[in-house]
Amino acid sequence: MTTVVAKHPYIDSLLKGYEMPRSGISWLNERRAQALERVNALTVPTTRDEEWRFTDISPLTKVAFRPAAATPRLALADIEGQLVPEAATRLVFVNGVYAPDLSVSTGLPEGVIVGSLAAAINTHAGVIQPHLARHASFEGEVFSALNTTCLRDGAFIWVARNQKCPTPVQLLFVSTQGETAAFPRCLVIAEAGAECTLIEDYVGFGDAVYFNNAVTEVVVGEGARVRHVRVQRETGGAFHIASCAAVLATDARYASHTVTLGARISRFNLDVLQEGEGVEVKMDGLALIAGRQLADTHTLMDHARARGRCQQLHKCIVGGAGHAVFNGKILVRPGAQLTDSSQQGRCLLLSDKAHVDVKPQLEIFADDVKCAHGAAIGQLDAEQLFYLKSRGLSDTRARNLLTYAFAAEVIDRIPVPSLVEQLERTVLAQTQAVS
Amino acid sequence: MIRKDARVLLEVKGLHAKVGGTGIVKGLDLTVRAGEVHAIMGPNGSGKSTFAKALAGHPAYQVTAGTVTFEGKNLFEMAPEQRARAGLFLGFQYPVEIPGVSNSAFLRLAYNTMQAARGRDELDPLEFDDFAREKMKLLEMDPAFLDRSVNEGFSGGEKKRNEILQMALLEPRLAILDETDSGLDIDALRVVANGVNRLVTPDNAVVLVTHYQRMLNYIVPDYVHVMGGGRIIRTGGKELALELETRGYDRVKAA
Repeated sequence: MTTVVAKHPYIDSLLKGYEMPRSGISWLNERRAQALERVNALTVPTTRDEEWRFTDISPLTKVAFRPAAATPRLALADIEGQLVPEAATRLVFVNGVYAPDLSVSTGLPEGVIVGSLAAAINTHAGVIQPHLARHASFEGEVFSALNTTCLRDGAFIWVARNQKCPTPVQLLFVSTQGETAAFPRCLVIAEAGAECTLIEDYVGFGDAVYFNNAVTEVVVGEGARVRHVRVQRETGGAFHIASCAAVLATDARYASHTVTLGARISRFNLDVLQEGEGVEVKMDGLALIAGRQLADTHTLMDHARARGRCQQLHKCIVGGAGHAVFNGKILVRPGAQLTDSSQQGRCLLLSDKAHVDVKPQLEIFADDVKCAHGAAIGQLDAEQLFYLKSRGLSDTRARNLLTYAFAAEVIDRIPVPSLVEQLERTVLAQTQAVS
Repeated sequence: MIRKDARVLLEVKGLHAKVGGTGIVKGLDLTVRAGEVHAIMGPNGSGKSTFAKALAGHPAYQVTAGTVTFEGKNLFEMAPEQRARAGLFLGFQYPVEIPGVSNSAFLRLAYNTMQAARGRDELDPLEFDDFAREKMKLLEMDPAFLDRSVNEGFSGGEKKRNEILQMALLEPRLAILDETDSGLDIDALRVVANGVNRLVTPDNAVVLVTHYQRMLNYIVPDYVHVMGGGRIIRTGGKELALELETRGYDRVKAA
């Protein structure tokens, strides 16, 4: 067994004690080696980097993390509150390590596989090899490179051609241990005409300070449909730096619902690449933060082909001395004619110290397209507040109700009813806490 | 219904109020007793709506002088929500749209807040739904309005019905209805007016703020007050409204 050594002292400290996963699979070893090369070439980003200019991650570098040690055994009762009842299938990871005894992946129809990536790499190499670590670029992204270097296991979902995964799949990443770093990885492949709903869920227990560095790749085949709900509810002290790359073939449909509630500092990059013509994309985001939390969402809608449609709505609700960042880029490449792409960013500031940076970015290189963007930052509407108070609602109650309504627009569109209900309760509790 | 021995609900003395630094109400006096229906009329800019909003506690309307007691208590020591809980209701001229909040949730929250303030039992969503549907019949409202966001996409008439529905649910001691007739066609006006009439009891009172006489054909006032220059310049019975209609505000003011 060889230990990974990185040149950058902080990254090296993250990797200290981390053993280079050994698999007999040469293509995978090669990709990990390439990633390590990038890890060594890159450095920890600072606010001097354009892509990180609003997001100071120096607090991360002040904590020494080590790889998660022997996983504490969790009982089903420990995670019951986090389970989504509609998800008959689930994979549970504890501190980044697959927990088969908490997972349920049986009873699926033929042509649908939900299971550990480590196991599937051996049995389904032909399906995995063209995609794993191919879509989430680690060329310029040190954290994606780091995740790929440490790629050992993760979640694997495969839906064969024209098959449908009957119920949502929950990928639950539970973190319980302080001062550990974990590298969750997901690969989702919906072949042509396939359908699935995925819930990627990060949950922290207690007040542990840990680091989750996650990478997800979603492949949506021709005419396939993937609904992807991503909920980040890490502990208030945690660090969460993640990226998701979705690649869409002709006429694919991809709906992403991203809800960010937790972590001291979080960064999420969502890159959607339109590789085929005529795709339909919905991108919803909600960040609800307070205290000294920082939540940064960077999205890229890359219309590389013609006739793509994308509707994006991103909302931030910031209380306390929280800081939200939203950078939404729409790229329309030459030849991507008849693109119809719109982006809305709306932010609600609940206190004087709350801070938000919103940066819409449109780069359009085709001439027959429809692109629109709008950004609005504001406070609760005084007329609405007065109307509610004139009916007897207290100031606090009125504020909470309006804040909740602002969030509900995003939450209500999540295609999993129990999760909608659960998140609505969380938002109510959280808005009561921040105001 | 005028009863000289009836309890005084509202006592306004020498009220001055301004909005955006401009004085609009300048020395208004008004006494409202239980069981009475008052109409406050006057041309645009005479201060009718400012008076209504100042009573409800709208933050943009600043009271600069005068006193208002409501059921014996100093109204201006109470926050807007406390005024509401004490039984003061403002029917808005322009009811506010609140996307994302269902009308049923809003109405239930308001109703239960009021019930709690009165030491009465709250209703759970199912019980409330039945209760609200019953009240909606009074206003010939489609129960589908419960499931929509508060006032969002409602027509002018639907918004006004929703206001009176709130009045029916919250059972205020004193309802100030600000231009409730504006934007209503004749059928809607009749429905809304009938609703109001059925809510008036010997224990409560209604102040109608209106520009036109037409609503007073349906809700017959005990008193008609004419405002001009931020004060009540004339008070009379229901016949005064007819006089205004035929002679116009200018002539009446001059009289």
